[in-house]
Formats: sequence, structure tokens, C-alpha cells
Amino acid sequence: MDKNISFKLRYWRQNGPKDKGHFDEREMKDIPGDTSFLEMLDILNEQLVNEGKEPFVFDHDCREGICGMCSLYINGTPHGKTERGATTCQLYMRKFKDGDTITVEPWRSAGFPVIKDCMVDRTAFDKIIQAGGYVTVRTGQPQDANAILIPKQDADEAMDCASCIGCGACVAACKNGSAMLFVSSKVSQLALLPQGRPEAARRAKAMVAKMDELGFGNCTNTRACEAVCPKCESISNIARLNREFIKAKLND
Amino acid sequence: MWLCDSSIGRKVVMSVSGLALILFLTFHASMNLVALFSKEGYNMICEFLGANWYAVAATLGLAALVAVHIVYAFWLTLQNYRARGKDRYAVTDKPKAVEWASQNMLVLGIIVVLGMVLHLWNFWYNMMFAELIHQPMLGGIHATNGYDYIAQTFSNPIYVVLYVIWLVALWFHLTHGFWSALQTVGWSGKIWFERWKCIGYAYSTILILMFLVVVAKFAICGGAFCCGSCPL
Repeated sequence: MDKNISFKLRYWRQNGPKDKGHFDEREMKDIPGDTSFLEMLDILNEQLVNEGKEPFVFDHDCREGICGMCSLYINGTPHGKTERGATTCQLYMRKFKDGDTITVEPWRSAGFPVIKDCMVDRTAFDKIIQAGGYVTVRTGQPQDANAILIPKQDADEAMDCASCIGCGACVAACKNGSAMLFVSSKVSQLALLPQGRPEAARRAKAMVAKMDELGFGNCTNTRACEAVCPKCESISNIARLNREFIKAKLND
Repeated sequence: MWLCDSSIGRKVVMSVSGLALILFLTFHASMNLVALFSKEGYNMICEFLGANWYAVAATLGLAALVAVHIVYAFWLTLQNYRARGKDRYAVTDKPKAVEWASQNMLVLGIIVVLGMVLHLWNFWYNMMFAELIHQPMLGGIHATNGYDYIAQTFSNPIYVVLYVIWLVALWFHLTHGFWSALQTVGWSGKIWFERWKCIGYAYSTILILMFLVVVAKFAICGGAFCCGSCPL
């Protein structure tokens, strides 16, 4: 059983994308170590509601580390210092010390405007996917599983790329607000498989064009995205996207 | 044109111009080494490169390359600054894998450009420029006598220190620039990333040492930091 801790919580309040925003502070007392970070914020909100104040707004959904909805920048790291391969909901209070100051901020990027407090608008990612992150479906008879042979290594790598949950931690961590790790993972998951090849060139061009149009920055290979990605996506995906894109443009 | 209006295209321009500049540095460093063992040999190179049409054409090409690299650097940085949004994080914690140089390429680049301006003033102005305006004695020494210009420059301790700072900044710039350029043109992956990084570090280190050894030789042997007791 983990022991209880007390700490100072600084959390970002902002009424909308145009509002200036500020930090609110609160002393959190006797929080059990096995409380998850989001449960701790629930405790905060319960206190705020009981005092007649407006609750603190943050994104969350499955709380199982698979949906990619949570999005907090905790003490300078997207999703906080979790075990790698986990999102904010899998961060536990035992990772902090008694007497700590914990600062919670939203993803800060021009591509992700703040809706309220720490909830940001990540529909930009949906728009990038809509631009070409799919295989055009021609439904026919289901095929035999072995009809298209795919090397195990390719299948594994495509699966690793597909595990990107689109949480936006890469953009949040990047000093350039670049979405290249997300876009490259989504291009790679299809580029690696034979089913994705026929549309590979069109996809790479369309998704990069949409990413640029939405105001994300240019990748300068600092690797900050890779270091914070909860799904451990690699920048080798970015090299693959560069390859796909350059090839597509040279063939135009 | 995709080299201007797409993020990857702009990065490709940065990478290719950067790689070309690394090739130029390699050529320059190899040429410098001649000054270590032969004054006549080095001055022959200076004369060969002087204000001949091929040297002038290559210099113009090189200047264009440098200009493109700098203009794109500011363009990309401005876009990246905007993409970051108006609010900055109150607390940041840099991950260990993020190299300092990778986040400070523009600052390092500015130091490199300032060093380059000083270098052009010390050498190019007195050598190629002097020949172009037909005043070979512009700097007090004949324009093709590069060896004596090196000796004169590094007899001043301030120049020695400034050149060392310049070369260290260039080393940091290259350690990131090398693998980053190859990553941008798509020639990288889980295995090649490690290889390029290793090759990049080794290459940049050797290259900068080639420049530094010339500075050191001229600063110590009869230069700013000469002890005066050896017969050299």
C-alpha cells in the first residue's frame, strides 16, 4: 500500500482560445499513492464543486491508456513521467513526492487551440486523417487470410505504427509544434502493407499538405516527440514519410 | 513548387544545401592542411584559386548555397515559432534523448555566419577580392601569399580565440546537421539512424580538428601563443 502524499497543485485555467489564461493553485492533502492522476483531478473537482466553484476542465475518456483522449502537460512532460508506453490516465500519484509542486498545463500549439482550461481542440488530427489516412474501400468477398503474403517484420512494424493513438503528445513536446511523428506513423502503417501501396503517393502528399495547411511546424529532428510518445513511435517513421513524399513529388 | 510550399520540401532544401556545404568544408579543410608542411605548396593553391574564372564561378555558387541555407533557416524558424502558438510552457523538462545542438541550430548558425564574416574579412577580402579589383597589395601582403596571411591573422590572440569559438560552434552545428540532413532526405531508419549519427560525429570531429590543427600550429609556432624558445 502506497502512503498518502500532500502537494501543491498549479493548474491552468483559460476560458477559451482568446482568453489570456492563468494558473490556479491548491494544496492537495492526503492523496493516496495509488490514486491515478485523473482520479486526483476528480478529487480536486469534487472540492471545487463543493465550494461552489467552477470545476477544472480536462480531456479524458477510457482511462485505460488506449483511447488517446487524455492530454495533460505535467511538470514539463506530456502525459507526465509515466512508464514509457502510457498516457496520463496511467500515471499514478506514487510517482510524486510529498511536498512537490505539480504544474498542469494544456498542450500548447497553434494547431491545438484551447477550448477551456486544459481541454484542447485536436480535430486537426482528424482532418489530416480525412485527407488520406485510409485505404479506399472496395468491399467484395472476404479474402482468404493468406491470399496476400506479408513478411512478419513488415506486419509487425505496420502494427507498431498503427498503435499511435493520436493523442498529440508529439506536437505538445515539439519546439516547432510539428505533427510529423503522428502523420508519419499514420502514413507508415499503410505504406508498409501491400494494401496501402496503390494509394501511397497520393496519401503522403495529401496528408502532408493538410498538415501544413493546418499550421503545424516543420520537423527539425530534435527527437523530443519520440522521447515522450506514449506508444513509443520512432522517428524512423518520419524518415519513411520523407521518402514517400519526396518519391511522390519527384514522380509528379 | 514543392521545395517552397511544403514543409518537407523546405527541409529538403536545407538538407541538400547543408550537405553541399559539408562537402565544401571538407575541400577547404584538406586544402588548409597543406599549410602545415609547405608554404610554397599552400601559396600555389592560393594562386590557383585566386581570381580565376572557375574560382570566381565556384565562389558565386557557394555564396548562393550559403544564402539559400540562411534564408530557409530563418523562414523555417519563423514558421516553427508561429506553429508553437502564442503561449509558452511555464515548466519544461527536456528529455535526455534531445541533443542541445538540435534545439539551437539557428543560434549556432548565427555564430557560424558571424565567424564567416570575420574570416572573409581576414582572408577573402585581402586575397580574392584584392585580385578582382586589381590591387594585389590591398592587405599589405601580396594577394597570393595566403601563408603569410594565416601567420599574420593568428599572431593576434583575439583572432585565435574567436576562430576557436567559431569552429566549436560549427562542430555542434554539424553533429546535428549531418544525420538530420540524411533523415530529411529519407535515407534513415532504425538501423541507419544510429549509423549516420556515429558517422556524423566522427566526420564532424575529424573535419573540425583539421581546421583547428592549422589554427593551433600558426598560433603556437611564431604566432600569438609562441613561447619563443624553439628554433621553428
